[in-house]
Amino acid sequence: MLVTERLRLHDDIGAWVAKHGATRAALIPVLQEIQRSYNEISEYAMQEVADRLDIHPVEVYSVVSFYSFLEAKARGRFVIRLCRTVSCDMTGKDRVARQLENDLGIRFGETTRDGNFSLEWANCLGMCDQGPALLINDQVFTSVTPETVHDLIQACRKSFGPLAVQGQKGRTH
Amino acid sequence: MSSRIERTASISRAPVSQRGHVVPVSADPEAIGGTVSVTIDGIEAKVPLGTTILDAARALGLKIPTLCHHPDLEVAGVCRICVVEVEGQRTLQAACAFPITSPIRVQTHTRKVRQARRRILDLMLSKHVGECYTCFRNLNCELQTLAKEYGVDFFRFGHEAARRHQVDDSSYSVRRDMDKCILCRRCVRTCIDLQEVGVLEAVGRSDGTRIATFLDKPLNDVVCINCGQCINRCPTAALGAMDPTDDVWIDINDPKKHVVIQTAPAPRAAIGECFGLPPGTPLTFEMNTAMKTIGFDRVFDTNFTADLTIIEEGTELLLRLHEALVQKKDVALPQFTSCSPGWVKYLEHFYPEMIPNLSTAKSPQQMFGALIKTFYAQKAGIDPASIVACALMPCSAKKYECNRPEMCDSGHKDVDYGLVTRELGQMFHEAGIDLPKMPKGSFDDPFGTATGSGVIFGATGGVMEAAIRTVVELVTGLKIEDVFAHADVLPVRGFDGVRYVELPIPAIGEVPDLLKMNKGLPFSDWKWLEGAVLKVAVCHGTANAKRVVEDIKAGGTFSKCHFIEFMACPGGCLGGGGMPIPTSPEIRAARAKAIYAEDASYEIRKAHENPAVIRLYQEFLTDGPCGEKSHHLLHTHYTPRGKYIA
Ligand code: SF4
Ligand code: SF4
Ligand code: SF4
Ligand code: FES
Ligand code: FES
Repeated sequence: MLVTERLRLHDDIGAWVAKHGATRAALIPVLQEIQRSYNEISEYAMQEVADRLDIHPVEVYSVVSFYSFLEAKARGRFVIRLCRTVSCDMTGKDRVARQLENDLGIRFGETTRDGNFSLEWANCLGMCDQGPALLINDQVFTSVTPETVHDLIQACRKSFGPLAVQGQKGRTH
Repeated sequence: MSSRIERTASISRAPVSQRGHVVPVSADPEAIGGTVSVTIDGIEAKVPLGTTILDAARALGLKIPTLCHHPDLEVAGVCRICVVEVEGQRTLQAACAFPITSPIRVQTHTRKVRQARRRILDLMLSKHVGECYTCFRNLNCELQTLAKEYGVDFFRFGHEAARRHQVDDSSYSVRRDMDKCILCRRCVRTCIDLQEVGVLEAVGRSDGTRIATFLDKPLNDVVCINCGQCINRCPTAALGAMDPTDDVWIDINDPKKHVVIQTAPAPRAAIGECFGLPPGTPLTFEMNTAMKTIGFDRVFDTNFTADLTIIEEGTELLLRLHEALVQKKDVALPQFTSCSPGWVKYLEHFYPEMIPNLSTAKSPQQMFGALIKTFYAQKAGIDPASIVACALMPCSAKKYECNRPEMCDSGHKDVDYGLVTRELGQMFHEAGIDLPKMPKGSFDDPFGTATGSGVIFGATGGVMEAAIRTVVELVTGLKIEDVFAHADVLPVRGFDGVRYVELPIPAIGEVPDLLKMNKGLPFSDWKWLEGAVLKVAVCHGTANAKRVVEDIKAGGTFSKCHFIEFMACPGGCLGGGGMPIPTSPEIRAARAKAIYAEDASYEIRKAHENPAVIRLYQEFLTDGPCGEKSHHLLHTHYTPRGKYIA
C-alpha cells in the first residue's frame, strides 16, 4: 500500500471511530464505512481498527470473515450476487446464472480481469415473490431474465459508481 | 468464585448488551432471595441464586459431561455436550450456561439427553481426522473419553480421512493441528480473556468455521508469546507443543555426545501426574535417578542458576537504585524480571518502549546453558561442541527462548533442547520407568544441590521472595528470619492476580564481600539506602501484567515500585504451558503447596548462601556480580517487535 493511501486510510478510520465511538460496538459500523469507501478491508485497516477500538486484530478478522458483505480483499467494482434459494431457483435462477457467466466470461466466485465485475451467490434476499432476484452492490433487482441481465451489465459498464444502474430496466427497491 | 481468583478485572469482551443477562451469584446466601431450590435427578438442594445447573450438579456429586466449559474460563455454551432436561423448557438446556434463578427440576441423563449427547459426539467425530493410537493425547483426551463413556461404537456420520488443514508447525513452541479441533473455543477464550494476547479467534462461518490467527498467518508470524496456555486447556490434540524428544533420544544414544539436563523447579511438583499420582506429589530425587537411567550423563539443578539470577538481578537493581537515588540519573525503574520468556516476548510486542525496564539478566535456563558450555566444559575437560544441553522446563516458551538467535554467548547454542514436563514423562514411559518407584538420587556437581530460594521460582511470587531474602540480608546484615518468621515472605505469596508490598529497610550493614568482588561498584557503603522503603509487586498471567504496565504508564501506584515480578502464566511456572494436562485452580494450588513444602525442607534457602554459586564467583566469574564476564555470559538484550503484523 502506498504511504499516502495508508495515511488517508488512517485518518478516515480515525474520523469514523470518532463518529461511531471508540467501543467494541462500533466495530461493524466502522467496517461498513471502510468497505463502502475502499471496497475492501485491508490487512492494515483491520489492525488500525483493532488498535483504535482496543480489541485484537484477529477479532476484527473474525468479524470480517463472518460477513459476506465485508471483504478482506477487494472484489470487482460491481459485485453481482444472485439468489440461489428455493423460490428463485424455481423461477429460473439457473438460466440467469448461465447468462451472467457467459456475458462476463467468469464463473461464480470469480472477478473479471479488468476488476469491474465479481459474481457471487447469495441466499434469500426477501424477494421470493418476484424471483429470480439479484443484488448489484447494494441494489436489488427482481424478476430478472437472461435478457435483462444483458441490459444490467451494459448499464454498469456505461458508468462507474454504485448508483450508475439506477433507472435501468428491472425494478429497483 | 474459584475460577476468577487469579484475575483482577472483569471481562470486557462481550458488549454490555450481552452481559446484561448474566445473573451474578449472590454473595450472601443468607439474604432473602439469596438462595433458590433445585431438584436434580430427584435430589433436592438449595444453591446460591445464579448458580449454574452444572455447578449445582457437581456440588451434589452428579456428573454432567463438558467440553467447552473450563474452570479457568468464561462460560461459552457452544458445544452443547452438557445438555440436560429442565422441566417446563421445550428444548434441552446447556447446564454450564443455565443460571438457576427460580426453583427448577432437572434431569441429567434421560434417554433424550443421552441421545442428544451421542449425536453431538457423532457429529464432532465426523469431521475429526486422526486415529487415537498415533495421537499424543491418547488416553488423556476429553473427546476420546466421552466417546467411550457414551458408547460410540461406529461413525454414524462418517469419519473424515483426508486432511482439510495443514499442520502449523512454524512456531518453536506451539503446534496446531486443526483437523483435531472440535471448535470448543477454549483456546480463544484462553488467549483473549485469560492472557489478553489475542492470537486466536473463530474465523469464517457455518461448516467453514475454523480457529485461526490473524489472516491465517503461521503462528510464528503473529504476536503469539508461546505461553502454551491454550495447549493446556485444549480438550484434544489440536494444540500441542513442538516435541524434540526424537532428537534427544538420538543424542543420548550417540556415544560421542555428552548429554546433560538441567531441571527447573516446577516440573518436580507435577511429573507425578503423568504417572497417575495426585497433583503436588514431589518426585525431585526419583526424577534424578530416572534421568540417569534413561541415559542423561549429568543431571543439574536449575536452582543453581535461579540463585545466580537473584544475585545478578539483585545487583542490577541496587545499581539502578544507586543511579536513580544518588547519581540522579534518568534510569528505567521499576526494574522488571526477565525470567519468563513468554512475558519477555509479550513486552517486546505490546510495550517495546518499556524494554529498558527489563532486567538484562538472562533467565535461569539460559544462564545455565552458557555456563555448561564454558565453566562446566572447562572444569570437566569436555569439548563444548560435544555437549548437548537439555533443559527440563514447565514452559513451552522456553523452547522458543533457547532458539533466540542471541542465545549463543558460550560460542555454541547455549541450550540445545527445551523439554517440557509432559515430554520427559513420555520418555520415562517409553523407557519402561515407573517413576514413583525409582530410588532417590542427587544432583550432579559442580552445581550442587537444591536450594529453597531456587525451588520457589516455580510459583508466582517466588522470584520476588527469593530476591527479598537476599537483598534484605545483603543490605541490612540482618538474618531474614528476624524480619520474616521462618524466612517465609508471606505477603508476596498467593494467587491474587497482582500483589503490592512495601518493605521498609530496617537497618543497614556492610557491603558484603560477594558484591565487593565487582571493583566497578559505584558505592562502598549502604548509607544511601538508610530509611528507604523498598516497593515491590508481583503479578502473573499476561492479562494482569498488562494492567500493571498500563498503570505504570499512567503514573499509578506501580510506577512508584522498584522491582516487579512478572510471570506470563497464571500461577507462575507451576501453571506453565508444558505441564501435565489438565489444569485448574485446584491443581495449581496443590503444585504450589508441594513447592513451598520443598523450600521449607531445605537447609539453604537463600541464593547468596548457595555454596556452588559462591564458588562460581571465586573460580570463574571473578569480577563479581554484574562484572564484565557475567555481562558477557549471563546478560542479554531484547528486540522491540511491536504488535503490527506485516
Ligand atoms: S484428539 Fe483425542 S480423539 Fe482425536 S485422535 Fe487424539 S486422542 Fe483420539
Ligand atoms: S501460546 Fe499463548 S499467546 Fe500463543 S496462541 Fe496460545 S495462549 Fe495465545
Ligand atoms: S484448538 Fe483445541 S481448544 Fe481450540 S477450539 Fe479447537 S479443540 Fe478447542
Ligand atoms: S428465494 Fe430468492 S429472494 Fe427469497
Ligand atoms: S460444556 Fe456446556 S455447552 Fe459446552
